Amino acid sequence: MAESQQHLQAAVLQIADDHLILGHRLSEWCGHAPMLEEDLSMPNMALDLIGQARHLYAYAAVLEGKGRSEDDLAYLRTDREYTNCLMVERGNTDFAHTMLKQLYFAAFMKPFWSFVENSSDSTLSSIAGKAVKEISYHIRHCGEWVIRLGDGTDESAQRMQQAVDALHPYTEELFWCDDHRQACIDDGVLPAEHVVRPQWQTTINAVFDQARLSTPEVTFPLLGGREGKHTEEFGFLLAELQYMQRAYPGAQW
Amino acid sequence: MYSQGLLGANTETEETPEFLAAFQARIDREEKIEPNDPMPAAYRKTLIRMISQHAHSEIVGMLPEGNWITRAPTLRRKVALLAKVQDEGGHGLYLYSAAETLGVSREQLTEELLSGKAKYSSIFNYPTPTWADIGAIGWLVDGAAIMNQVPLCRCSYGPYARAMIRVCKEESFHQRQGYELISSLAEGTEEQKAMAQDALNRWWWPSLMMFGPSDTDSQHSDQSMAWKIKRFTNDELRQKFVDATVPQAELIGLTMPDENLRWNETKNNGQGGYDFGEIDWDEFWQVVKGHGMMNKDRINARRKAWDDGAWVREAALAHAEKQSNAKTAAKTAA
Repeated sequence: MAESQQHLQAAVLQIADDHLILGHRLSEWCGHAPMLEEDLSMPNMALDLIGQARHLYAYAAVLEGKGRSEDDLAYLRTDREYTNCLMVERGNTDFAHTMLKQLYFAAFMKPFWSFVENSSDSTLSSIAGKAVKEISYHIRHCGEWVIRLGDGTDESAQRMQQAVDALHPYTEELFWCDDHRQACIDDGVLPAEHVVRPQWQTTINAVFDQARLSTPEVTFPLLGGREGKHTEEFGFLLAELQYMQRAYPGAQW
Repeated sequence: MYSQGLLGANTETEETPEFLAAFQARIDREEKIEPNDPMPAAYRKTLIRMISQHAHSEIVGMLPEGNWITRAPTLRRKVALLAKVQDEGGHGLYLYSAAETLGVSREQLTEELLSGKAKYSSIFNYPTPTWADIGAIGWLVDGAAIMNQVPLCRCSYGPYARAMIRVCKEESFHQRQGYELISSLAEGTEEQKAMAQDALNRWWWPSLMMFGPSDTDSQHSDQSMAWKIKRFTNDELRQKFVDATVPQAELIGLTMPDENLRWNETKNNGQGGYDFGEIDWDEFWQVVKGHGMMNKDRINARRKAWDDGAWVREAALAHAEKQSNAKTAAKTAA
């Protein structure tokens, strides 16, 4: 594999893992949401995310050229081989944490996909075309909830602020740039931090302003996922995700 | 919003013999009864009971299948299952809306479900211990549901009939999806085949119970047939289901867990049909009465979701109220 292709494969895999793991967490809500409407919306967003993950894994498998499938990549790696950012693997905790996690991620992916849509890689740009529409809806839906909860009752405002305090330290990893990512940025395939961060910040500020939320000062960003160093709860997520593939190796489903 | 206008409205109708006869004549002419039409209290009550039980079944039915979303074996299966469970939630939503056209609120119906007062399909009180159960539910449970529901597309109550047209389209897709899932297990390794057969063994009899008590014991059938809420009896529908499903099992090499199952040429007015064994009605009634393996778990899960979500719903209301007050204040100032 050419060096640039190797970098692209690793960078695509990072994004694929983000989408799968975030979608997986969101899917845990299905049937247990605070109201029926959210029992429809959350699976809807999970479907978008896992759908995007499938395209990205399929592309990563092609770039890799070893004959592996989307499922081989999604299900048959060890924890150290997953390179999703830590935020997406954190447990759902409550509805406030969940909506905020989605918002942080969607606010990042919107400018990311908007750039990729016009990038030189035709496979990624076609994935981006659909994803950018879906992710815009996620921003709207989750942003509205963050505002409702931040502004709603004393309890909801407190829970919303607790979610911000808990999750904000993980946001820095969204902007993580390693050699793989940098090579893709240099090739004009993926956006540089200065393209994405201002838009992310604008989206978050606009929501937090209406939600009366304050952003904590982060002196020590929580990082590690992009290097395969995960939280304790990630092992349990993988145990569930991989259960069937591990219990029945090689079976077709 | 349309249905909300009907909540708490005066729905009393003086049930004179003339009125009842005229109502029955409308039914007999196959006219649809609509929300604002006068209707006998018992007709309204029967429909509220049926539609809300149906809605509750969709909602509780999300749980046994939702149990496998995080463990689905491939991404394709995961997405399909997620979409399917979401469909069930969607069915619940428009069935609750159909019930609201009869003057009850979704909140009221939810309270009845959580308090244990309202019933839902007993089939969902059985557990889903293996992945093959996801196939069995699609194939058998949705298959049985369709047998029940296709005639409901012609139900005399308009909003229910119209809701069922969409529900049936989606259910029939789910049924094919479930059959495809279990077929791929039946064609798979010995372990997969055994998993499929085991699921069939566990789900076959409860699926037959889904049609309800035998016609001789069913308390709601006669009047519902006259009002064209129901079009076929429980036993007629059960027979149709058996006749349709047995060949499907044979086609993929699975065996029905019934040693008394055999083809009978004289059945169905000489068109032939299957004789089948006696249903364990004691088990049926025990599960209906709340003693099945998962009855308590299902209600506890629904109650937990409702209680844990209370602060979210309160916050949404509080925010909406603040918004509306701000709007009013702005208007007054202008």
